[in-house]
Amino acid sequence: MSGNGIRASKGFSTFVENIWLSNPIFVMVLGVCSSLAVTTKLANALVMGISVTFVLCISSFIISLVRKLIPEQVRLIVFMLIISTFVITVDLVLRILVPEVSKGLGPYIGLIITNCNLMGRAEAFAIKNPPGLSFLDSLGTGLGYTLVLLVLGFLRELITSGSLFGIVLLRNWTSWNLVSIAPGAFFLLASIIIVFNMLKRKNKTASVTADKPR
Amino acid sequence: MSLALIVLASAITNNIALTYFLGMCPFIAISKSLRGAAGMGLAVTVVVVITTTVNYFAYRFVLVPLRLEFLAFVVFIMSIAGIVQMLEILVERYFPSLYSIFGIFLPLITVNCVILAVSLFMVLREYTFWGTVAYSFGSGLGWMIAITAMAGLRKHLAFSSPVKNLGDAGITIVLAGLMALAFLGFQGMLA
Repeated sequence: MSGNGIRASKGFSTFVENIWLSNPIFVMVLGVCSSLAVTTKLANALVMGISVTFVLCISSFIISLVRKLIPEQVRLIVFMLIISTFVITVDLVLRILVPEVSKGLGPYIGLIITNCNLMGRAEAFAIKNPPGLSFLDSLGTGLGYTLVLLVLGFLRELITSGSLFGIVLLRNWTSWNLVSIAPGAFFLLASIIIVFNMLKRKNKTASVTADKPR
Repeated sequence: MSLALIVLASAITNNIALTYFLGMCPFIAISKSLRGAAGMGLAVTVVVVITTTVNYFAYRFVLVPLRLEFLAFVVFIMSIAGIVQMLEILVERYFPSLYSIFGIFLPLITVNCVILAVSLFMVLREYTFWGTVAYSFGSGLGWMIAITAMAGLRKHLAFSSPVKNLGDAGITIVLAGLMALAFLGFQGMLA
């Protein structure tokens, strides 16, 4: 009973930690490629985030299930085989469900395979931990990733065209095209990183004082 | 003539790192030293040309006739992983001096998105055989130019003190943005 409680709380803490404290994009700087490329529209960002989270969770779960059967020398190739299977699934599903978004994402859905987060989670966590815990770990990473994508997509679509999800919110908006092209994406990500680090520093001093009594 | 155009377009005006944001992880992580960046760039260029050519044949002559195009992702990534592994063994065995330059980067290359992305773009844009070779070479070259230039820029950071909250990765991203802005200037060159 108590063992169960400890396991659950450990799962929860890795889950939360991956969303915020070791956020895949801000802190680890992994998977930046797709986060910049697909965030010109909020809808694309949302679909991409969900797809990455889905592939991440399922592949971590499966890798963790068969972790004792994978020979160490060929583990990377096995990871890739498992990951790319689910990426193909996602690609086919997206083509049917949301054909326009799928076209807009172009090759970036296929590039989920080489998104460093997937290999990173598999190699750093799923290969050593039980399936349930790996699933939570990946869910945290995926949600942290999605969060950043949504923030970027929100800002970029709003600033570029004054609309969200293709619905015009601000009329007579002077479109600021720099944000929709490459340089603007880099600058925007850098400014978000500044804000994140400022918040984190503030949080850290607060949590250090709060943790003291324990 | 058109082949030269493909090379120039993929290397400079549509630089794969700065307009398509591909290969950002190594672009940020390995651009600390000039030597490392050049080695990585060279390795990527060599591998991307070989793998894309192999994938071209695999796609054209195996997957399309068998109507198995949806398996492209698996086939591409497996052939990339296999070729990289083989290349590592061959280079270490027969060209030890070359291995000391870029050998250590080879294992990292399998998960470099540039390699897979060039194969995927090759399919999307329906290049001919020579077009594929030119495009993959141009892309690798462009990525090498970008990462080497970035390593050069980061050297100069030693003399400046950027905003503290930006961190090491943040300032690299700002630099990448400035470089992308500069590369935009080439856009009108090839019309």
